[in-house]
Amino acid sequence: MSAAFWALGRGTGVVALVMFTITLVLGIVARSGRPVPWLGRFGTSDLHRTAALTGTGLVAAHVATLYFDPYAQLRLVDFVFPFLGAYKPLWLGLGTLALDLLAVVTVVSLLRHRVGPRVFKAVHWATYALWPVALMHALGNGTNGGSTWFRALAVVCISAVVTAVGWRLTPSYAHRGWSRHPRRAA
Amino acid sequence: MKTRLHVDWTRCDGHGSCAELLPRLLDVDDFGFPVSRSGERDPVVPARDDDAARHAVRNCPLMALRLYDAAS
Amino acid sequence: MSTPTIRTTTRRLLDAPDHRGSLPRLGLAQLLEAVTASGLTGRGGAGFPTAIKVRSVAAGARKPVVVGNGMEGEPLSHKDAVLLTRSPHLVLDGLETLARAMHAKRAILALGPEIDPAAALIAAHGRKVEVVQLEGGFIAGQETALVNQLDGRPALPRDPFTRVTESGVGGRPTLVLNAETLAQVALVARNGASWFRSAGTADDPGTSLFTVTGAVSRPGVVEADRGSALRDVLAAAQPLHPTAVLVGGYHGAWVPESSLDVRLTRSDLAPFNASVGAGVLHVLDDSTCPLGFAAEVVDYLAQESARQCGPCLNGLPHLAKNLHRLAAGVRDPQLPIEIARMSAQITGRGACAHPDGSARFVASTLDVFRDHVSAHLAGWCPSRIRRVS
Repeated sequence: MSAAFWALGRGTGVVALVMFTITLVLGIVARSGRPVPWLGRFGTSDLHRTAALTGTGLVAAHVATLYFDPYAQLRLVDFVFPFLGAYKPLWLGLGTLALDLLAVVTVVSLLRHRVGPRVFKAVHWATYALWPVALMHALGNGTNGGSTWFRALAVVCISAVVTAVGWRLTPSYAHRGWSRHPRRAA
Repeated sequence: MKTRLHVDWTRCDGHGSCAELLPRLLDVDDFGFPVSRSGERDPVVPARDDDAARHAVRNCPLMALRLYDAAS
Repeated sequence: MSTPTIRTTTRRLLDAPDHRGSLPRLGLAQLLEAVTASGLTGRGGAGFPTAIKVRSVAAGARKPVVVGNGMEGEPLSHKDAVLLTRSPHLVLDGLETLARAMHAKRAILALGPEIDPAAALIAAHGRKVEVVQLEGGFIAGQETALVNQLDGRPALPRDPFTRVTESGVGGRPTLVLNAETLAQVALVARNGASWFRSAGTADDPGTSLFTVTGAVSRPGVVEADRGSALRDVLAAAQPLHPTAVLVGGYHGAWVPESSLDVRLTRSDLAPFNASVGAGVLHVLDDSTCPLGFAAEVVDYLAQESARQCGPCLNGLPHLAKNLHRLAAGVRDPQLPIEIARMSAQITGRGACAHPDGSARFVASTLDVFRDHVSAHLAGWCPSRIRRVS
């Protein structure tokens, strides 16, 4: 039974990582304002959101199954405060940190129409920290961390993110074409 | 009571998702910004475009859109 | 630099006696009745019925804030500067009368950087009015931009969805009235609506201040009855070889020389797409190319944009560029068409009226000076022909 929990825990974690990789890449594509074949612009944003919420759901399942798995030795405090865990505290701590970041980003995103674009944008920047923290947690904490297929998957995810972020930093990225410079920072 | 679509121009960034979702209501200008086809500042959203309009409001990455009910 | 006032017969505003802070005691109902009966409309440009504005702010849930708009961001306008130097007591009387009647939390007189605050500060001594000098710019006097600045934020307009009459300074219902409008309110409160209506016309009563600039011997500020003929208002300034008059400043429209007998009323000015606005009258003479003038005006307007809204931020420089090409003699028949298209495109698509006003000015230029445009496209400029006498 415990093995089943453990497998499910790892599985949901891995798929969540893939979902967040897709989310991040799509987020960068969406921000560029360029239409994607088949999806258009609105479809890119929709898919970005779907992938993010799916990933969040998987993380919830990931955390729940591992909580009920005695092998993982997780206490409730480990879901909020990082680096207090019994098993591989550093890597687990990164997971906790990622969970904390995810919780804030998710809540603010769902409430974005209330908090306004400036707060939403500021918090959303945290996703650039969220992804690498989640990745490191997966590589360090996941029992699959050392296995070949997981490493290959990690390489694919890292390549995708590096490519997307690299593109994000090029001057020609901002297709929307105008740069808004209010006369004073509004 | 009519539902109208309002653009907060101080937020709009010319992303263009709204014009994709509401092609009957909106066109795009020379610079990528939405233009109301009816010429009204806040175009009326007919009932059949209601879902698409709500989708557009949710989808706008800068939260520049809102729907409101107006007497005329 | 002090702007001269041109002596005309009407001097209600410019020679107003100073009652040294003693105000007529008027409750809100009485004040509203008087202002409504007077038919007073705003003197800041929009010409909105003052009583309606006051009533809507007074109906708010919280104690309101009353603001006197003395920002005068329009470079061609000097009337508020003059009024605030010669009759600041009148502006303050209006502000205090309203603040008292409305049980306002604050009464603020906001002055632009070009206004000399000395007279206003002296007149405000001992009165429950805050006199503040703020940062300027063409759009700094725009209602929401002014509210933002008073709240300590940059002087940029905000989305007009939430009206300042509902939520303005500090989130309170806010009444923003032009300095001259406040002066008129003071006159109405003291002298009554019938007295006020003894000048001007039935539809547009009272007097107002006009700033006459440009090709005139004696530029300055003149007070005249509302509904006066344009020619009469210009007379004391002595125009020189006028080809047209820009009525309403950089967001206004041209009235050609042939129509100078037009009265400064809504209906007479409507065919020119002009309105009295804040009373700016700028005379263009026959040696100034109107297209070159317009190109420089639009350069200025583009530079003064808040740059928050895409259509304005992108459209105004586009217009300026094409106007410069037309003025410089580029013989492209598409130019006026392209200019007209862009003017229409930016209209109504911004958080404030900056693109609309700019478009109106440009469209009027192409319309009133269409012969001049044709000449440029044919390779010559009528303004470059030397006058024989």
